[in-house]
Amino acid sequence: MNQAQWNELLSKDGVHGSVYTDPALYAAELEYIWRTTWVYVGHESEVPRRHDFVMKSLGVEPIIMTRDGDGRVQLLLNRCSHRGNQVCIQARGNASTFTCPYHAWSFGSDGRLKHISMPDGYPDVDRSTRGLGRVTRVASYRGFVFGSFAADGPTLEEHLGGALEVFDRLVALSPEGEIEVTAGFLQHKVTANWKLMLENETDGYHPTFVHSSIFGVAQSGIGKLYGRDSAAVSRDYGNGHTECDLRPQFRNLALPMGWFGTTEDRLPDYVAKMRQAYGEERAREIMIDGTPHVMIFPNLFIAEIQLFVLQPVAVDETIQHVTALQFKGAPDLNRRMRQQTMGSVGPAGFLLADDSEIYERTHLGLKSSAPRYTLISRGSHRERRDEDGYRIGDITDDLPSRGIWRHYRALMERAA
Amino acid sequence: MSGAGTVESRSTASRVSDVLLREVEAFVYLEGGLQDRHEYDAWEALWTDDGVYWIPANGDDIDPEREMSIIYDNRSRIALRIRQLHTGRRLAQTPKSNLVRVISNIEIASESGEEINVRANAIIFESAPRRDTLWGTRYEYTLRRIDGALKMARKKVVLVNNDKALPNMAFLI
Repeated sequence: MNQAQWNELLSKDGVHGSVYTDPALYAAELEYIWRTTWVYVGHESEVPRRHDFVMKSLGVEPIIMTRDGDGRVQLLLNRCSHRGNQVCIQARGNASTFTCPYHAWSFGSDGRLKHISMPDGYPDVDRSTRGLGRVTRVASYRGFVFGSFAADGPTLEEHLGGALEVFDRLVALSPEGEIEVTAGFLQHKVTANWKLMLENETDGYHPTFVHSSIFGVAQSGIGKLYGRDSAAVSRDYGNGHTECDLRPQFRNLALPMGWFGTTEDRLPDYVAKMRQAYGEERAREIMIDGTPHVMIFPNLFIAEIQLFVLQPVAVDETIQHVTALQFKGAPDLNRRMRQQTMGSVGPAGFLLADDSEIYERTHLGLKSSAPRYTLISRGSHRERRDEDGYRIGDITDDLPSRGIWRHYRALMERAA
Repeated sequence: MSGAGTVESRSTASRVSDVLLREVEAFVYLEGGLQDRHEYDAWEALWTDDGVYWIPANGDDIDPEREMSIIYDNRSRIALRIRQLHTGRRLAQTPKSNLVRVISNIEIASESGEEINVRANAIIFESAPRRDTLWGTRYEYTLRRIDGALKMARKKVVLVNNDKALPNMAFLI
């Protein structure tokens, strides 16, 4: 598509409805976004031991994430190099060998071809070139493993850019400086385009309305964070990464563990370990600031106490994989993080069932022919820059959406 | 003579368990009907003060204290769930799903003291604005007799497809 066509689809203040609903555009996104940019796949803690594996995805491709015999994390494609049968149908496990049940070819946890049955029939086959397919580039940061099918392009660190620091901030909440993804995932399916989730994760305008039913009855403090008087800000890190930065509000409250809706005395073990690890003053800062609320383009949402992974399935179908974040060395906090997460997310969650309802209704709404564009200009007049030069706005502003579409267009313009 | 006595006691025991089974079945049908009709308060009143409402994910034998479940509500969270539904602004149940369920294969698995462990199966048809969904589940109940009446101390809902991606399920199942 040319510049003029993109100008038509993405106006300055809004997005053409077809950008969410057009199957041809979705097919182009799979190529120019999902097979090009860095995409979050899994966390190293999900394969702690040698030969552990877990089924993941990268875009629409199923991926076997393994830890090989040398301890390296591998992202392998689930296709026998012989006739194409899937070599793994288990969700997770431990296996040094994946044996294809079709003709019994077998592959190591590093993806290499180990065995051809009755090999005399293939006198000229070079085993070294017949391993499982693999994701072209694999890189990780703070245990978060990303993959890219593009041989060239920005490094993971370049792609994360300013949002790299978000991962440092997140793991700081662990007295051992590590997070663990060990609580298992819920899979929540919605009949809606993936970009509705991408945008909503850092939309600070909707919680007051979509979640009023639970905020009203749960005495939750979350509502205030997204109110008119909140000091919290929205941020655009560039490269499509966006944030609801709640720290200004938490710093005004200056209450350690206030971000989690609790107080230090309710988590004595955790607080003691944090002080020991970071010293009194730094521990206090960390426990006031809390965890980040950041959407890493295109599919990793760090939502304070949860981690969401978006998986596109079709133009109008997306799976939200969600789990409770777990901080290494913090069992008392972790138990409560699991409890709160289970209440909030998934098909029956107090929050996510209602978000998902809106995703589906919005997807249908966007199929109506008029008006042709959404409106994402909220707060354009009050956009400003933070001390690092990133665009910020009020917490209820559409600034994150504008950042997402700016990056989206940069990636998609390369589509012929 | 002793043989006749055994037959006698066996049939008495059998009559006792038939009466209990009938009572358990009536309870299970009542509970399911209240769910189908969204009679939230009457449903909530069936719970004991220590009730646990559990819908595991990824199998039927996960440890809900370690791993994510679809629902793992203690009694106060059951109450919160009901309060949210009562606001009328629970979007995922606005409008409420139209539900009909068939509950069958009701068995008393074991009894101990005041508690009865019950198993059943259910097929639930949900008609919601954008989709019709058929939910298939095994139920496990722990019922407890309190002041002569049965109450629910635990209900475990094992959806047969709980290892897969599921759409919204915001009604009481």
